[in-house]
Amino acid sequence: MGKERLEQAFEKCSQKGEKAFIPYIMAGDGGLDILKQQLLFLQEAGADAVELGIPFSDPVADGPVIQEAGKRALQQGVSLRGILETLTSIRTEIKIPIILMTYLNPVFTYGAGQFAADCAAAGVDGCIIPDMPLEEEGIISGELKQSGIALVRLVTLTSPAERIKKIADGAEGFLYAVTIKGTTGARDHFEEETGRFLQQVRSVSNVPVLAGFGISTPQHVREAGKYCDGTVVGSKIIQLLSAAAFNEITDLIQAAKGKVLS
Amino acid sequence: MSTYVQPDQNGHFGPYGGRFVPETLMTAVLELEKAYDEAIQDDNFQKEMEYYLTQYIGRENPLYYAENLTKYAGGAKIYLKREDLNHTGAHKINNTIGQALLTARMGKKKVVAETGAGQHGVATATVCALLNLECIIFMGKEDVARQKLNVFRMELLGAKVVSVDQGSGTLKDAVNEALRYWVANVDDTHYIMGSVLGPHPFPKIVRDFQSVIGNETKRQFSEITGGLPDAIVACIGGGSNAMGMFYPFIEDSGVSLVGVEAAGSGIDTEKHAATLTKGKKGILHGSLMYLLQDDDGQIQEAHSISAGLDYPGVGPEHSLLKDMGRVQYASVTDKEALDAFILLSRTEGIIPALESSHAVAYAVGHAKEMRPEQNLVICLSGRGDKDVETIQKLMGGHSIG
Repeated sequence: MGKERLEQAFEKCSQKGEKAFIPYIMAGDGGLDILKQQLLFLQEAGADAVELGIPFSDPVADGPVIQEAGKRALQQGVSLRGILETLTSIRTEIKIPIILMTYLNPVFTYGAGQFAADCAAAGVDGCIIPDMPLEEEGIISGELKQSGIALVRLVTLTSPAERIKKIADGAEGFLYAVTIKGTTGARDHFEEETGRFLQQVRSVSNVPVLAGFGISTPQHVREAGKYCDGTVVGSKIIQLLSAAAFNEITDLIQAAKGKVLS
Repeated sequence: MSTYVQPDQNGHFGPYGGRFVPETLMTAVLELEKAYDEAIQDDNFQKEMEYYLTQYIGRENPLYYAENLTKYAGGAKIYLKREDLNHTGAHKINNTIGQALLTARMGKKKVVAETGAGQHGVATATVCALLNLECIIFMGKEDVARQKLNVFRMELLGAKVVSVDQGSGTLKDAVNEALRYWVANVDDTHYIMGSVLGPHPFPKIVRDFQSVIGNETKRQFSEITGGLPDAIVACIGGGSNAMGMFYPFIEDSGVSLVGVEAAGSGIDTEKHAATLTKGKKGILHGSLMYLLQDDDGQIQEAHSISAGLDYPGVGPEHSLLKDMGRVQYASVTDKEALDAFILLSRTEGIIPALESSHAVAYAVGHAKEMRPEQNLVICLSGRGDKDVETIQKLMGGHSIG
């Protein structure tokens, strides 16, 4: 459970010589009653964990696709409370780790202690909070630790080497390496700079390093996999899900497993 | 009262403030903090600021005794701090000139900013034209439609204005989009935050640059009376004119400080911007502060006749000053502000900004309850030329009175 379940999932990948793949979906986009079905599909398709987005009115780290998905979820009346309740009721049927990606305010309003306790009860294994840098972690890190939930940190292309080291020090679950200067969303190609950055992060990290933001094709997934331990794909998954392009999702996931040639 | 030193070295004002930004921006905000700390120690920077404040902006501006308004209110003597006489017509430029000089100092060539009604956008575009900086302004779609003239003004000054469709197409969405732009262009771009908001060090920098208002007022008032005013009233959206006015008086416990928020249609309706009166603690746009939000922590829309007060948050330092009880926070409805707009125009021949009209409305009522030998200062943060069209529409094109 919690942090350990995440660690085991990565361990399994590395034993099989595969890269990890974590799809991101927006909780409640399409209604919370299809969440279980979505999670089961992703698990079946080979996802090693799922990153579950919590909708927020002002998602400053996200590009248009995730912004719109969040807006749709909010229009359906989806809340953090509702998401945690749904997870609690379906969690035993999902085997892979679940990581919440949430802006800080819904969590702050919920209350850090209550949030950590309810996450543990709902079988949440990790949390990513994109508007909470290292300096401000104290607002919730103690509560998450007590509940055994990994606080996944982000490193970015603008983080200087010294700072990357500081962030890597004491990182939990995995390190989320943001591979574009910008918000979430698609991009055309994978820059050389990105590969060097991922290698640099990996050289100082004691936990797996996953690349995210702007990764949208099987080729990106394979390319990133050369330099780190896996990838997170968000905007593209959301687009494919809403287009019901399930085969393409499977292709993306399997690109991390080295089973699709192109 | 004991010595007031805020924020702490991590940018916290008590429980408020902080740096709640994506990691991509952390290097930029740390760099800004360092650049600012160095700049304020540097005599050349201070001289440069002084030069532009005097020669370009036209400071110092008067602390004007409003005799007619005083007679009308029938209580304390009312003084107006004339920020409306600054170049570009409001206090906003006190801050933008400082931040533009910092931008140049950091070797950055591009500036991004948000704007609601367009006042901060115009003040930013102006200093960018002056200092040859590339300028991009994000403005909500609704505001672009409502403030066509200011959009044209910014474009005339050489800025690129981007209309923001996301969310509700107002100020908070413009901030979101400006932040996203900054994340993507942080290497060569500085964000000129328009109020005492955002991640540390912005609330401190904007307060410091705006403190010229309070410092001048203190000196001018002392020259007139040899003492301190009994009360100071300023309007509050994000809170920059109020913070700049109040800050030099915080340790003068005999001076009562009142911030006036926009009550829109009324604080018991859903259409208001009275964040400190009705909001709850939360985190938005980099800072922990009072916020208008629902029970799930989703940010709500603010509403005010005055676009400059139309923001669902309020500066972290105001949040602290409220909790400390050092500043009183009141609110004034659209209707009351509108009446004050006309009142000041008629009594003093000064057309105030709709934002500042909120302060005037509260101050007139407050002055009535004070004694004639007491003194009250209103921060007249801006002039109302920009609002004349709005007022005309509201009046249905009929003559007033």
